[in-house]
Amino acid sequence: MSLLGAPEVTEDGEFIINIGPQHPSTHGVLHLKVWLDGEMIKKVQPHLGYIHRSIEKMSESLSYRNFIFATSRMDYLSAHINNEACALTVEKGLQIEAPPRAQVIRIIMAELTRLSSHQLWWGCTGLDLGAVSPFFFAFREREAIMEIMEETCGARLTQNYMVPGGVMYDIHPNFQNRVKTVLKQIKENFKEYDQLLTGNVIFEGRTKGVGYLSPEDAISYGCTGPTARGSGVSCDIRKWFPYDGYEKVQFEEILGTGGDCYSRYMVRMAEMKQSVYIIEQLIDNIPEGDFQAKTKNVIKLPKGEFYQRVETARGELGVYIVSDGAASPYRIKYRSPNFSNLSALEHMATGAKIGDLVAIMATIDLVIPDVDR
Amino acid sequence: MTNEELKVSVSALYPAITFDETGEFLNAISSVAEFRSVMKTLRHNKELEFDFLFCLTCIDWKTHLMMVYHLMSKTHKHVLVLKVKLDDTKDPQIESVADIWKTAIFHEREVFDLFGVNFKNHPDMRRILLDESWDGFPLRKNYVDENMISI
Amino acid sequence: MAETEKMIFPAQLHQTADGGIVVSKLDDIINWARSNSLWPLVFGTSCCAIEMMSAADAKYDWSRFGFEVARATPRQADLIIVAGTIVMKMAPVLKRLYDQMPDPKYVIAMGACTISGGPFFYNTYSVVKGVDHVIPVDVYIPGCPPRPEALLHAMITLQEKIKNETYFGPSKTIEK
Repeated sequence: MSLLGAPEVTEDGEFIINIGPQHPSTHGVLHLKVWLDGEMIKKVQPHLGYIHRSIEKMSESLSYRNFIFATSRMDYLSAHINNEACALTVEKGLQIEAPPRAQVIRIIMAELTRLSSHQLWWGCTGLDLGAVSPFFFAFREREAIMEIMEETCGARLTQNYMVPGGVMYDIHPNFQNRVKTVLKQIKENFKEYDQLLTGNVIFEGRTKGVGYLSPEDAISYGCTGPTARGSGVSCDIRKWFPYDGYEKVQFEEILGTGGDCYSRYMVRMAEMKQSVYIIEQLIDNIPEGDFQAKTKNVIKLPKGEFYQRVETARGELGVYIVSDGAASPYRIKYRSPNFSNLSALEHMATGAKIGDLVAIMATIDLVIPDVDR
Repeated sequence: MTNEELKVSVSALYPAITFDETGEFLNAISSVAEFRSVMKTLRHNKELEFDFLFCLTCIDWKTHLMMVYHLMSKTHKHVLVLKVKLDDTKDPQIESVADIWKTAIFHEREVFDLFGVNFKNHPDMRRILLDESWDGFPLRKNYVDENMISI
Repeated sequence: MAETEKMIFPAQLHQTADGGIVVSKLDDIINWARSNSLWPLVFGTSCCAIEMMSAADAKYDWSRFGFEVARATPRQADLIIVAGTIVMKMAPVLKRLYDQMPDPKYVIAMGACTISGGPFFYNTYSVVKGVDHVIPVDVYIPGCPPRPEALLHAMITLQEKIKNETYFGPSKTIEK
C-alpha cells in the first residue's frame, strides 16, 4: 500500500486510491481504499480501527454505575440515548422501572439529542456537498440545545445524565421555558433549512438517484435508522419495542420510498419535525414525583443475559450484558448502528462516481467512534 | 409467533436443539455440526423467516467459547437467539453465515479479530479493528498485555 | 504612538518631511505575522472534534483570532489540533501528518485523551496514553471534551508563545 507518491494501478488499469484516515469528508478517521476505473468506483474497502478504544474490554472491569460514561464517547452525537440504553439494560436486570417523571425527562432529553444530532448532520451534509452556509445555520440551533443540556446535565456534549433507575438530578427550573423558546425558534427555522438545501437544484442533482439501497439489502446488511427507513424498511425501535413510555406519545415513523441519498435526507428532515412534536406533547406534562428509583450503592445483576435495544439518531443500538452475578459485567457487547450501516457502503457505492461517494457517506451519517467502539 | 410456538416449530425441524428461557428471548442451543443447516432453515423457512441478524457476538467462558446470534423476523415480528458452543479454544472454527446475512461479513470479522474464532468460507477473513500484526485476541479472558494498566 | 496601536503592529513610526520611517525588529514582525494567521489542520478523531467545530461556528467564531483558514491537507497547515483519542493504529498516521506539515509547526493537545489517555487510561489495550508519546505538544487543554472557550484560550496561549520566539536564536521563555 502506498500512501505517498503515484497511485497504485492494477493489471486491469484500475487506480487504487486511499481516502482517509485523515480526510474532511469521512467525518472522522475512516480509511477507504477505492478501486477506480476512470471516475467510476469498482470496489470500496473500508478499513476501520483508527479509533478503536477497547470500550468493551474496559467495561468488563467497571461497575454497573461506571460503565455508562464510556458510551457517551461512542456515538457522541446521541450520547443521551446511548446512556439511556445502558441504564435500561441495568434496570432490566434489576427488574425495576424508572419513575414516570424520570421517563418523561428521558424522552425529552433523547428527542432533544436527536434534534441536535440531525442538525449537525444537516450542516455537515451541506458542507460535504459544497454548501458552507448550512453549517452556520445548523449550529445556531444546536448551540441553543447545548445550552439547555449544559444547564440541566452540566455538560454540553457527553452528558452522563442517565443513571440506573432514572436520571442523575432533577431538571433545572428554567428547563421547560427554555425548551419551549428553542422549539418555537426551531420550528420557524425549518423553512430556512428547506430554502437552503432541500429545493436546491445542485443538491437534488447530487443526491437524487445516488447510492441506491434496496429494502432487501438494507435488512440483509443489518441497516437501521434513517439509512434503512430511507429504503422503506420499518425499523423504528420506538414503535417496534417501545421503552421508557414511548408507547404513550403520538408520533409517526417516517418511511422513505426512493432508497437513494435524497430519500434518506428527507427522512431525517421529517424526523426532526416528529421530534419537535414529541417534545411538545410532553414538555407541559412532566409528572411530579421522584426522578430516580431507589437502587443499592453497589449494583449487582443476577446471573443471566440482558439485551436492550433503543433508537439512537443513527439507528438501533443494542446493549448486550452477560452477567455472572458479580459487580461488573462479565461480557458487554454494543451492537452499534453505524457498524452495520457502514457495511452497506460498499454495496451502495459500487458503480457510482467518486464524487458521489461523499454524498453517500454523508447520508449514512457516520460517526466513526461508534463504528470502532 | 410466541416463544412457545417458536420452540415447537424449531424442535419439530431439529430435534437435537435444546432450549432455555432464562432471558427475555428464547435461546436455542445448536451443535457445530448442525449449525449451518439450522441457520439456512431459520432464514428461508416461510413460517420462521428470520431475515434480520441484528447482533452477532461471542462470549469467552474460559472453558469454551459461545457464539451468540440474535435473529429477528421483520415479517413475523419474533426474536430467537441461537447459540453455538465451541469447545476448542485453541483453534475455534465455525461455518460462516456471511452469505445468508450480509451484515455477518463485518460482524464475523470483528469476532475473528477480538476472539480468534475462524469462520470457514468467509469471503474476507482479516482483522478488522486492530493491526494485522497484532498479537493475541483482546477480548479473551486469558489475554495478557504488559502495556495495559489495570486497577 | 498610542498603546493600542503598538499592539496592532509591533513597530515605531518616525515622522519625516515626506512621509515616515517604520522601525522595528525582524523577530517582532515575523512573530506578529505568524501568530495572527495560524492555519489549523482539519483533524479530529472523536468527540473533541465536535467541540472544535463548535468553536468554528458563529457563536464562538475562532476567525476573530485568525484561525478560520482550516486546511484539509497538512502541507498547507501550521497548527495541528489533536482533537480526540489517538490509538495505536492511528499513531503512525498522526506522525506522518505532523512530518508533512511545513516548519514552523505547532501542536495543541485537546482533551483528556490526548493528554494522558484520559477516560481510556485503565484496562485498555489500544489507546496511546498521551499524544506527546508521538509528537511534541505546545499547549495542553484539559476537559472531556473541553468547551470551545477552552480551545480559544489554548489558541490564544499559543499565539503568546509564538510572540516570544526568536527567529535566529533559541526561543525566550514566556515572562509572567
